[in-house]
Amino acid sequence: MSETWLILGATSSMARAFARRAAASGAGVLLAGRDRDDLAVLADDCRLRGARMAEAIDFDARELAGFIHLIKRMASEDGLLSAAVFVGSMPPQSEIDADPSLIPGVVTDSFTGPAQVLQMLAPLMEARRGGTVVGVGSVAGDRGRIGNYVYGAAKAGFATYLSGLRNRLTRAGGHVVTVKPGFVDTSMTWGLPGMFLVASPEKVAEDIWRAVDKKRNVIYTPFFWRYIMLIIRHIPEFIFKKMKI
Amino acid sequence: MSWKTTTYSGWGRALTATGEIARPERRRTLDALLSDGLIPACGMRRSYGDAALNDGGRIIEMSRLDRMIAFDPATGILEVEAGARIGEIAAAFAPRGWLPAVMPGTGFATVGGCIAQDVHGKNHHLAGSFGQHVLSLRLRTASGERTVSPKSDKALFRATMGGLGQTGVILSARLQLLACKGDVMVVTERRMSGWEEFLSHLDGSTATYTVGWIDATATGEGLGRGILEEGETGAGLTPRRVKTRAIPINAPNFALAAPVVRAFNNLYYSRVPARGRTVVKPIGDFFFPLDKIHDWNRLYGKRGFHQFQCVVPIAEAPALRSMLEAIAASGLASPLAVLKRMGPGRAGMLSFPMEGYTLAVDFPNRDAARALISRLEAMTVAAGGRLYFAKDSLARGADVRAMYPELDDWRAEVAKADPEGRLQTDMVRRLKLRSEA
Ligand SMILES: Cc1cc2nc3c(=O)[nH]c(=O)nc-3n(C[C@H](O)[C@H](O)[C@H](O)COP(=O)(O)OP(=O)(O)OC[C@H]3O[C@@H](n4cnc5c(N)ncnc54)[C@H](O)[C@@H]3O)c2cc1C
Repeated sequence: MSETWLILGATSSMARAFARRAAASGAGVLLAGRDRDDLAVLADDCRLRGARMAEAIDFDARELAGFIHLIKRMASEDGLLSAAVFVGSMPPQSEIDADPSLIPGVVTDSFTGPAQVLQMLAPLMEARRGGTVVGVGSVAGDRGRIGNYVYGAAKAGFATYLSGLRNRLTRAGGHVVTVKPGFVDTSMTWGLPGMFLVASPEKVAEDIWRAVDKKRNVIYTPFFWRYIMLIIRHIPEFIFKKMKI
Repeated sequence: MSWKTTTYSGWGRALTATGEIARPERRRTLDALLSDGLIPACGMRRSYGDAALNDGGRIIEMSRLDRMIAFDPATGILEVEAGARIGEIAAAFAPRGWLPAVMPGTGFATVGGCIAQDVHGKNHHLAGSFGQHVLSLRLRTASGERTVSPKSDKALFRATMGGLGQTGVILSARLQLLACKGDVMVVTERRMSGWEEFLSHLDGSTATYTVGWIDATATGEGLGRGILEEGETGAGLTPRRVKTRAIPINAPNFALAAPVVRAFNNLYYSRVPARGRTVVKPIGDFFFPLDKIHDWNRLYGKRGFHQFQCVVPIAEAPALRSMLEAIAASGLASPLAVLKRMGPGRAGMLSFPMEGYTLAVDFPNRDAARALISRLEAMTVAAGGRLYFAKDSLARGADVRAMYPELDDWRAEVAKADPEGRLQTDMVRRLKLRSEA
């Protein structure tokens, strides 16, 4: 059956790699994000790589009024409807410390904005008895750290949301994959100090695609982050609170 | 963060630069980076030497601006961003019956890099160089963005093909792809027992794709022995490409010591049966045999390596033989050595190809190897041949001047496109390409 992927935050390099992977499988892709011109070029690229349909569509996680437009466009496609969420924003923690009013924006970008889109899409997915949601969180959501705990908190909220959505969509033949990437070689991490074991966006996209195929629930990518985070989660709080990692 | 300060190198890792690199993922970001003036661009830094280095300055890596924009299945014309890799274009289009008309020996080279070095492939004798299949390109010069085609701006176009990025930042190009039968290769491999036999087979070959591996350690009777590969595209099914592997660390120095290389070359030579054989392979295995091993340049250890590549006119074949004798006698060569027959095709003022034979040999970066390469360079000059900018890291400006007779015309065009000289790279400075003689 034909499938259409709504890709939120499609300008990011991870999303781009995922869109190309979906395109190569012959699926349709709706590329949603803020840079319309850039996404139009990506749409051309996806079509040339085999996408049945590829289109750029405006999306800003902070513009609730625009969400209905996305949902309507998805509804007009036949077949299975799926969505992949790559949005999120991570201003340096020091900027947030200086200006706490940045917090709602981070939470909207990384959690509540995309959650609202998914919430609106869920009934359609249920009606069609299938489809997949890919939610890209972060290992930062596994434990609050001094370096980025606002972003981490938003992603933790998103992960909990995804777990609930999984519980719901599973009943209707759908599926939800929660993805927790470690360090990925994107424009967000370019030139940041302290990066190690950095994965390419293509590698991450391939891992996600396989997880969708195999109906995995929660994946870390690259896989070894599962073990790194297992250790980090098990450090007792009385020690963790004094650490700087 | 836009700029990353780092120390980086070309593929040979013998020369390094320290400076700032940006890697824009969107056109908007690139435009912003260039708003205060031009900055040199690079692709995947698969050039061996310093063509893609800018020590103490900035460079923009184009590899994330890599989208395919339009394709016409009726004509085979593909428009693509400059950062797209040749191997990805081949993988996407070969199943539909089209290939990039010219492909270098690594699929990681970008379209921008292939233009800026006017690269050649295993079909150079028939298809010519990369730039001969570029119908037009979008170029960001000092005076803004423009479309450049051989018709609209002949001189600027010819200065850009093989022009080492000195006319501007290449944004995208329209390429004429070449029709192919499918995405497998039918390859005939034959042993060549020595130099004369090798050359006569190269001259007589009627295959579309031809390449010779040469055992640069063999001396005496066996001098110039090797394996001739002749390939044609075909349709069919092949086993999937074997998984890529990576060289995780720098190899120790003895990894490529003379006895190891000789033993390897013996094995490699006798792998092909004495009567030859025909095999079917995926296109990637034929065109980009080394890409299966990621970071194979680490095999040469921390000090890196050099590739010497020259081309000499047909009549100068004996000079090339003398070079091979010097190489074989030195015992310094690595297993990577290639002999090809080139046709006359070239697209730019600084393009490498000329009708003749080209020899490429890798050497670990050692004093003795550098001294040998310097001798080989002098022999190339004497033979009226040329050194290849994509491989060179040791030549001097004076040698190069004689090899590229259109250098003055090139310099004049470049001065118009980048009057402030902002696009200069380490190679351009080392070889004094943009300064008067
Ligand atoms: C294993 C291997 C095999 C090879 N085999 C061959 C072969 O068979 N034939 C052959 O001809 N070459 C061959 N090469 C050389 C290679 O094809 C060239 O060096 C090519 O230029 C590499 O492309 P790149 O994208 O890495 O460019 P880089 O090395 O990054 O850059 C090369 C030059 O292009 C300029 N440049 C790159 N992109 C742009 C842009 N967008 N705008 C303006 N300027 C730009 C740079 O400034 C630089 O001067 C081989 C290299 C390797 C490593």
